[in-house]
Amino acid sequence: MMQAGESASTTAGQIAAQPAADLAIATRGLRKVFDGKVAVRSLTLEVPRGEIFGFLGPNGAGKSTSLKMLLGLVAPTRGQATVLGHPAGDVGTRRKIGFLPEHFRFYDWLTSAELLRLHGRLYGMSHASLRQKVPELLDLVGLAEHAGKRLRDFSKGMLQRIGLAQALLNDPELIFLDEPTSGLDPAGRRLVRDIIKAQRQRGATVLLNSHLLSEVEITCDRVAFIKHGEVIETRDLNSLLEGQTTVLVRASNLTPEMAAGVEKWASSVALQDHQLTLAVPSREALPEVLRYLISRGAEIYEFTPQRLSLEERFLQIVGSEGGL
Amino acid sequence: MGTWIMAGVTFREAARKKILWMAIAAGLAFLALFGTGLHYQMKDLAARGMNPILLKQIPGTMLMVGLYAIDLLTVVMTVLVSVDTLSGEIASGTIQAVATKPLPRWQIVLGKWLGFAAMMTAYLALLVGGINLITYAMARVTAHNVPQGFALMWLESVLLLSITFFFGTHYSTLTNGVLALGLVGLAFLGGWIEQIGAVTSTTSAVNVGIVASIIMPSEALWRRAANSMQSPLASVLNFSPFSSASLPSSTMVVYAGVYAAVALFFAIRSFSRRDL
Repeated sequence: MMQAGESASTTAGQIAAQPAADLAIATRGLRKVFDGKVAVRSLTLEVPRGEIFGFLGPNGAGKSTSLKMLLGLVAPTRGQATVLGHPAGDVGTRRKIGFLPEHFRFYDWLTSAELLRLHGRLYGMSHASLRQKVPELLDLVGLAEHAGKRLRDFSKGMLQRIGLAQALLNDPELIFLDEPTSGLDPAGRRLVRDIIKAQRQRGATVLLNSHLLSEVEITCDRVAFIKHGEVIETRDLNSLLEGQTTVLVRASNLTPEMAAGVEKWASSVALQDHQLTLAVPSREALPEVLRYLISRGAEIYEFTPQRLSLEERFLQIVGSEGGL
Repeated sequence: MGTWIMAGVTFREAARKKILWMAIAAGLAFLALFGTGLHYQMKDLAARGMNPILLKQIPGTMLMVGLYAIDLLTVVMTVLVSVDTLSGEIASGTIQAVATKPLPRWQIVLGKWLGFAAMMTAYLALLVGGINLITYAMARVTAHNVPQGFALMWLESVLLLSITFFFGTHYSTLTNGVLALGLVGLAFLGGWIEQIGAVTSTTSAVNVGIVASIIMPSEALWRRAANSMQSPLASVLNFSPFSSASLPSSTMVVYAGVYAAVALFFAIRSFSRRDL
């Protein structure tokens, strides 16, 4: 098992130098054709261990098929994929993998505790360890009160939660989450975020497939934009702050003089009522800007560096074909 | 290990979804009906002072009718309970969470197969055992060679199970059911053509029946089962679903066994190779 925090902050530059053993996922030219229709054109991807990696792309971009190939559910037409250092689909490696399918469906005649016990048994876990693990997980996903309730009486959100618990049974080294928050209310989404964070601290790798850009933005270390089953671009979300940064300042008494005053650090400044938006070439300048504004008497309520909007980039990539 | 877990889940599913209990209840109702009918029949025969040979022959024939109904019930029940297990779970995506666990896919198929096979064995044992007990209790008559007849009927059920599994890895639930029961119908018709052909000494008709049995040997198994369960005298006298004007060879029984094994093998192979 990996140590907490290990390689959690790996940047894009380092990835190329990663030896294969340190990669949770590595694919080269992975392709899938269903009855003459190309689902995934050529997926080449490297995800280091310990990273929270987001898969972004429009509907039909081949995200789920890619995940299924990595999990061994779908056989690639061509190309190679290794997962935790073994060929994708390797039965032994699945012991270290957790998976929440997109449309989580399971034997709805089971109760939630029975479902977890069954999956635990399929993972090869002992009855003794399951006696401890099952209540823990039910508690974690907020279903402790529903341990004896059958899944057929569960709401979509509850199914998503039990699906998530099922994906964590074996303390996996690699977790695939396909649209984990699609059926969840804001509290549920928060829960998923917290769980992903906890997995990161444990040193696990998470591959997150989500439509919700804000979720991905908050959760992921790196994202790949997928279109037609190809990686168009990967982005390191942690390093975005190192380069040009846009800062949003909300203050009650901003003046045009103050806006002019910060121009020496900024490449662009815009003032509108109580809101000042400025782009700085380096985030190193941010403390200076803040000190300056305070020294001029600005009553600051918010000072937020903006991550480059994923949404903007997503829409650029998706173009007019979009269809979230 | 995975195989046994899947077998257990399959059995538990049938119990939880009440399929098992309904099948048992229907089986018990069937036995109750049979017992009631036989009771009145025996009462009437005794009152009339029937001769002792006929007094054995009539309940013996009723027993064979009952066994024939059990055979049909078992075949249909085998297809019905297992028709959705692979195709349904593939279509709904339910199989994904299982197939990504550390167990080879063959264990999923074999486990499910074993679960259903165990269930059908219990079902068949209940009905065949029950009807023989009832007939013995009321008329001191049982089928001639129950173990052999039971084994042949069991093989018929297992054959249908393997075929349903095979189709289940290729087609939707409905198509699977249509195909499996269609084959049973074909074998049924072929069996009759063969019998009539044998009685009228029409070799071509017999051959049509044999070809039908090669395509689907279920009816041939029933005829072997019927032959081993009824008294040698009755099998010569009667022309019925139990008669053996043209008795399928023991090679056909071996063929049916191989057929079932091959169907299961290809079901496993196709499930292991297909995308889920």
